Amino acid sequence: MTAQDFWVLSPEIAMAVLALVVISVDLVTRSMAKVSTVAFVGLAVPVILTLNLWNGWFGDPATGPALFDTFEADRFSLFFKFILLTVTAGTILASAKYIASDRMRDYGGEFVSLVLLSVTGMMILVSATELITIYVALELTALPVVALSAIHRSKQGVEAGTKFFVLSAISSAFLLYGFAYIYGFTGSTNLHVIMERLAVLPTQSGVPFGSYAVLLSVIMIVAGFGFKMAVVPWQMWVPDVYQGAPTPVAAFISVASKAAAFAVIMRIMYVAFGNANLMQDWSGLFAILAAVTMTLGNTLALSQSNIKRLLGYSTIAQAGYILVGLASVPVNQVGATSAGSGPQGVMYYLAGYAFTNLAVFFVVIAITSRTNDDSIEGLNGLLKRSPLLAGLLVFGLLSLLGMPPTVGFMAKVIVFGAALNANLTWLAIIGVVNTVIAAYYYLRVIRAIVFEDAVDESKFSADKPILVAAGLAAIGAGVFGIAPFIMLDLAEKALSIIPAMITG
Amino acid sequence: MFDGLLTITVFLPAAVALLVTMFARGENSDQQIRWISIGATVVTFVLSVMVFVGYDQDLAGIQMIDYFERWIPVDALRSSYLLGVDGLSAPLVLLTGILGMAAALGSWRIKKRVREYFLWLLLLETAVLGVFVSLDLLLFFIFFEFELIPMFMLIAIWGSGRPRYSAMKFVLFTLTGGAFMLVGILAIYVTPDVNTLAMVSIPELGITGIPELMAAADFVVPAALIFMFFFIAFAVKLPLWPLHSWLPDAHTDAPTAVSVMLAGVLLKMAGYGLLRINLGFFQETKGFTIHDVAGYMAVVAAISVIYGGIITIRQTDMKRLIAYSSVSHMGFVMLGVAAVGSSAAETSTAGLNGAALQMFTHGTITGLAFLMVGLSYDRTHTRHIPHLGGLWKKMPLIAIFFLIAGFGSLGLPMLSGFVAEIMIFLGSFSVWPWATGVAAFGVVLAAGYTLWMVQRVFFGERPSSPGISDDVYDNLTDANWVDMIPVIALAAPIFIVGIWPSVVTDMFDIGIQAVVR
Repeated sequence: MTAQDFWVLSPEIAMAVLALVVISVDLVTRSMAKVSTVAFVGLAVPVILTLNLWNGWFGDPATGPALFDTFEADRFSLFFKFILLTVTAGTILASAKYIASDRMRDYGGEFVSLVLLSVTGMMILVSATELITIYVALELTALPVVALSAIHRSKQGVEAGTKFFVLSAISSAFLLYGFAYIYGFTGSTNLHVIMERLAVLPTQSGVPFGSYAVLLSVIMIVAGFGFKMAVVPWQMWVPDVYQGAPTPVAAFISVASKAAAFAVIMRIMYVAFGNANLMQDWSGLFAILAAVTMTLGNTLALSQSNIKRLLGYSTIAQAGYILVGLASVPVNQVGATSAGSGPQGVMYYLAGYAFTNLAVFFVVIAITSRTNDDSIEGLNGLLKRSPLLAGLLVFGLLSLLGMPPTVGFMAKVIVFGAALNANLTWLAIIGVVNTVIAAYYYLRVIRAIVFEDAVDESKFSADKPILVAAGLAAIGAGVFGIAPFIMLDLAEKALSIIPAMITG
Repeated sequence: MFDGLLTITVFLPAAVALLVTMFARGENSDQQIRWISIGATVVTFVLSVMVFVGYDQDLAGIQMIDYFERWIPVDALRSSYLLGVDGLSAPLVLLTGILGMAAALGSWRIKKRVREYFLWLLLLETAVLGVFVSLDLLLFFIFFEFELIPMFMLIAIWGSGRPRYSAMKFVLFTLTGGAFMLVGILAIYVTPDVNTLAMVSIPELGITGIPELMAAADFVVPAALIFMFFFIAFAVKLPLWPLHSWLPDAHTDAPTAVSVMLAGVLLKMAGYGLLRINLGFFQETKGFTIHDVAGYMAVVAAISVIYGGIITIRQTDMKRLIAYSSVSHMGFVMLGVAAVGSSAAETSTAGLNGAALQMFTHGTITGLAFLMVGLSYDRTHTRHIPHLGGLWKKMPLIAIFFLIAGFGSLGLPMLSGFVAEIMIFLGSFSVWPWATGVAAFGVVLAAGYTLWMVQRVFFGERPSSPGISDDVYDNLTDANWVDMIPVIALAAPIFIVGIWPSVVTDMFDIGIQAVVR
């Protein structure tokens, strides 16, 4: 490793070290508050190192390929690292009370350091430009999550963990198959080289992606990541894990895992399969997945009576909307004057979704930890019992629903607009119809909060840390909704790295 | 270019509302919240007057522009933060300022969940002001939809009767209309020759607006369809027969001040949209223009006027009666818009001006009527007309101002309603004589239902039974000075515009001339 490699990898190294520090602190102190504090304050180091890579503060660390072209700290990856770090900070704040609880006291340090390790994996994942690295990073991401899901050792928790582990293993197998095919076909595992080779290799006309080997490998790869993104038909684990796993873990999975998976799939598609004719083919594939995912996620959410399961299905539906952006590749991509807004829309949507969903989940944590009731009826009369939490939750739900002027609305309008630009009118229409379907179940929850009468009228408030976390997440969602240009400009800068995005 | 006045005017109520919700705590917080909220609406009113007076009529065009280009810097939807007023929107901003203030003053006696109530009421004012000054289609849409949340809450929580049912009905109708409008907006934007969301051209900023671009554009989506998308959204909101059924429910069950806002300004968002978008965009489009359907519009308008009028006569609930009369009166707005005629040569700007003025006058007159019903209801606790009678002796002030609203509504000369209706008739008669002839009967109906109601409620003898009990009747009091402030605020413009219509008609004319080009 050269010195430059260290610079490029510095945020990841800092994260891994932080995970070890947290474990050590846990050994010497029994106070979980200290563990949380160390983890939260320690996060400043990777954040500063990431900022440094974006801005070039300390000298000008070259952000080019490192570790023999397997790793790139380009702005695209940095954009997602910011999201991941923000999510981590939120998760640590929100779980401060949870890890100090009686049944978690013995595993508090492990809990935090597993989260940090998983994030390390995700940060490597979004930077990886080589298939083997992607695979290894993915495993590093998944295994801590398995342990986190089952950390309670309750029946539900173990079931969630096992389910996640088995399905994760299967999806990894798919992924490896896909990687193997593409390696066999092109003779390289480097994404850039794959793109170059695919451009010159002979193609069969009439076959999607020019050859059955590539077609098969793309389907396998999408299947592998589909599991992480919680896309239909690989969504079965979501509701069970969300309900069974500790809620802070569910919040973490629903946002971080999804963002990382979308980042890496964007990179693979736009870099390795970034030829104009290939793009049209995978665009069609994602369009179908998007339509199915949105529709199924929303329809299944309609009949849920448990708030965590409902949110589980809602995240599936949200993944569908994000896929709309991914599918929106403008016709004549190469040489077109406009690079298309699909990728920008995806990144904006993911960022907005991250803040919104975190706010919603954190509020749910705060409520269920007090009421011990995660049914929707449990939220009845929340507005009278805890006005602040109720306000935050209603705001978050309205944003997930896509009510103007929230970030959810802006993001939806942008991805649907991108779909129209890409001649995917049918997909945009399905998206709008889905938004209307989704209104039903989100409004049902809001109705319970605002109008129904509570059985237990006692007032309660949340703990400071989680309130701060939820409040900050909501403020973030609000700001990005009112001033979309902040995030969109960042996304535009981040995207100039991907070759296919460079305008002609 | 960033003038700032409009941004402040629009967001002041919302900003105050959020601050008050967060920081006003403690013993007397309810009283503080009332004072601060009312103060905010008064300041907004002053600002709206500044907008109205500050508009330079000699210069015309779009003024007081707040422009931030890179609001949504994405190729798929290049939207900017563009606020500005012209002759069409300036009077409506003033109207919103007046009614917002009247509504807040009229809410003085709200006791239930005061903090939230004023939060929603002020957010509502921001939303409506935003609709009138937004010159970017997406921004317009956002404000247009944003108004739903406060309205829903205000009706559902503070309403009477079947509030949740009515609130839900209102939201579902408007949301459906809004979905159509969003599709229409996207359809305009993706048209290759248009590809902008600017609703007007602003030469000094180098902005070429949709109206100019649409004239030369070849459409991906047929222009007739886009027109329909917008038309449906506004027809629901106006409301136009047969899409009006949400209105009586929403009005009847809403608290007084919310009815004032709903009838006074929310319906005007639709009229404004019809003039600005359906009329402004579709005059020279290829394959389809507004002139092709103006005849149908006149017919639907006439049906709305007459149907609304007949239904109104049958009502026994005072609030419901006034609500239905809105259907009839907003039909006149539609009739005025239909005066655009079947070709550009036929276009009567008198009719269009009348439509714009009718929005302004109906806002003040119906606002006043709802306010008076509210005052009467507060005292008698019933709105059922057969139970009332002889209230004149007990509350002369309320009766007088009710009568003023009634006379304004039926179009008595010297009051503003007369000017608006005569302009609409003059304009549309030359173009659609039959439809206008039929619609003119609406005025007769209006005289019927208004006078009959006033006669039954305020004059004559008190019904022996069942009516209001002796106990209540003996203790009836007239409006006090607190009640009278919003009443005067609404009654004044009725007289001013009635006697000196050019205060607003000159302004509207500048706006209409620009829209018609």
